[in-house]
Amino acid sequence: MRPFSYERVPDQAAVRRGVPQSATSRAAPVPTMLLAGGTTLLDLMKLDVLRPERVLDINTLAPKLSAIEADAQGLRLGALARMAAVADDAAVRREFPVVAESLMLAASGQIRNMASLGGNVLQRTRCSYFRDVSYAACNKRNPGSGCAALDGYNRLHAVLGTSEQCIASYPGDFAQALIALDAVVEIEGPQGARRIPFAELHRQPGDRPDVETTLNPGEMIAGFAIPAGPWARRSRYVKVRDRESYAFAAASAAVALDLDGDKVRQARIALGGVATVPWRATAAEAALAGQVLDEASAERAAEAAFRDAKTHGENDYKPELGRRTLVRALLEAKRMEIA
Amino acid sequence: MTSQPDEGGLGRRGLLGVGAAAPFLAPRQAAAQPAPPSLPLKERPDMTLTLHINGKAHPLTLDPRVTLLDALREHLALTGAKKGCDQGQCGACTVLLDGHRVLSCLTLAAMAEGKEVTTIEGLAGADGALHPMQQAFLDHDAFQCGYCTPGQIMSAIGCVQEGHAEKPEQIREYMSGNLCRCAAYPNIVEAIQAAKPQMGRA
Ligand SMILES: Cc1cc2nc3c(=O)[nH]c(=O)nc-3n(C[C@H](O)[C@H](O)[C@H](O)COP(=O)(O)OP(=O)(O)OC[C@H]3O[C@@H](n4cnc5c(N)ncnc54)[C@H](O)[C@@H]3O)c2cc1C
Ligand code: SF4
Ligand code: FES
Ligand code: FES
Repeated sequence: MRPFSYERVPDQAAVRRGVPQSATSRAAPVPTMLLAGGTTLLDLMKLDVLRPERVLDINTLAPKLSAIEADAQGLRLGALARMAAVADDAAVRREFPVVAESLMLAASGQIRNMASLGGNVLQRTRCSYFRDVSYAACNKRNPGSGCAALDGYNRLHAVLGTSEQCIASYPGDFAQALIALDAVVEIEGPQGARRIPFAELHRQPGDRPDVETTLNPGEMIAGFAIPAGPWARRSRYVKVRDRESYAFAAASAAVALDLDGDKVRQARIALGGVATVPWRATAAEAALAGQVLDEASAERAAEAAFRDAKTHGENDYKPELGRRTLVRALLEAKRMEIA
Repeated sequence: MTSQPDEGGLGRRGLLGVGAAAPFLAPRQAAAQPAPPSLPLKERPDMTLTLHINGKAHPLTLDPRVTLLDALREHLALTGAKKGCDQGQCGACTVLLDGHRVLSCLTLAAMAEGKEVTTIEGLAGADGALHPMQQAFLDHDAFQCGYCTPGQIMSAIGCVQEGHAEKPEQIREYMSGNLCRCAAYPNIVEAIQAAKPQMGRA
């Protein structure tokens, strides 16, 4: 690890003054990075992928930013709430099962105790070439250097939202629940507070894979707001991976259904493990609207979800795995007993 | 297979070395280019801090880069917590922080200031009586080489205290963050089931 200075942020006002600069902001790379659980940051600092000169520990803000509050409007989650605390929360499990499941099926018991929600949505790709600095060609780590994964090892790489510059998959789970439920992300920074749809937080790689989010320099995530809705209780996260636990998704699906008997009033679908960003499957949602939900209609929706998939050899299996994962998630959500 | 460790990069050590750094990448694909040059090495002052470990205060002067795991092992000679991967992938370094199991390899020592750290060394009673989880691991033969064991035991205590040790399937799921190369898994699950009723919910 390179030398850095460690400071604790005194209060939120200091964040608003704009001291910190986020790892994934437009002006990356920047010398100051925020530290929450450290499970992404310290890992990538040890690997020499991230090189802050100053690490700003925001855990001092935990008393203010750890909310887990469910009411008639919906769910508010502070950026420093820990994954385990949210996954175990009784109201979250009952009212927003997809949120609890996406967190519970991620990482390990230890990591869920450490990791924060804000850090979770900003975790970086697990692309081996991104994580290993001995490979020169990685546009995300080293803009303009090329992409070693295009014709290299890309078994776990994305098939949706890719570009000629980068095919790295977004690795997280929780973000799919946020996308499916139309969450809003609360941001604070030198220009004041703002709220944007969570779906607008992550950027597809395009020709700038190094710029992963729409956060401005100095901004931080304060929390998430998930609106209540008739679909929230009938929601499910299905994750398929190389081993049964403690592995990233090869394919995953977050679904939330508003049903009228067997008929779909509204389906909300997000896909993980297969795309460069948390992926809203709007074509699949449209295919289901007004239809009776059964295996055939679920398969048609899954077909629509992966129509534009682009594979790169080792990940040729992903569209099929992704389709089957989505069909399973839809049928399981339909069968859920809602109290 | 040659038993010569590093000759020609084909020995066991050579392969392990590559494997550890880049699990799926063949060495021949490694770029010829060297890693980019370091940032200018500025002087960073060491930090003075106090860690509370197993009920004792330890004043320390540390480089900010020192992880909790390295502080325990290299600065305090508490070598019970093990360094398996140093990347959050194995659980060998698990300790309790304010009663919650965490990975000490991905925690800066500075982040543990003001918290109570419990390591495997802090489990036995003053009279040497083992913690029920330690005893259960012995009774159920829940290890072979023992390298993962301190992490398994700390994680198992956390798992029970979280209320996630109700059934064998649940134990397997919630203990998945602790890998065992010797695959003592069935006995570990048995040990946890046996120790659970003897542990008060702390
Ligand atoms: C072995 C292993 C397995 C894993 N498996 C999974 C998995 O299966 N599924 C999954 O979803 N995740 C998985 N993870 C990833 C893990 O969930 C993330 O590392 C974690 O959620 C990050 O949260 P953190 O608080 O530790 O973030 P940190 O490491 O502290 O921060 C991450 C990044 O976000 C920035 N940041 C942190 N908080 C804020 C904020 N409030 N505002 C702005 N910027 C901020 C930091 O500067 C940093 O760049 C795994 C990790 C490991 C090591
Ligand atoms: S897929 Fe993206 S992260 Fe991976 S090597 Fe290519 S540019 Fe880098
Ligand atoms: S040494 Fe910490 S998880 Fe492996
Ligand atoms: S007992 Fe050998 S690694 Fe677990």
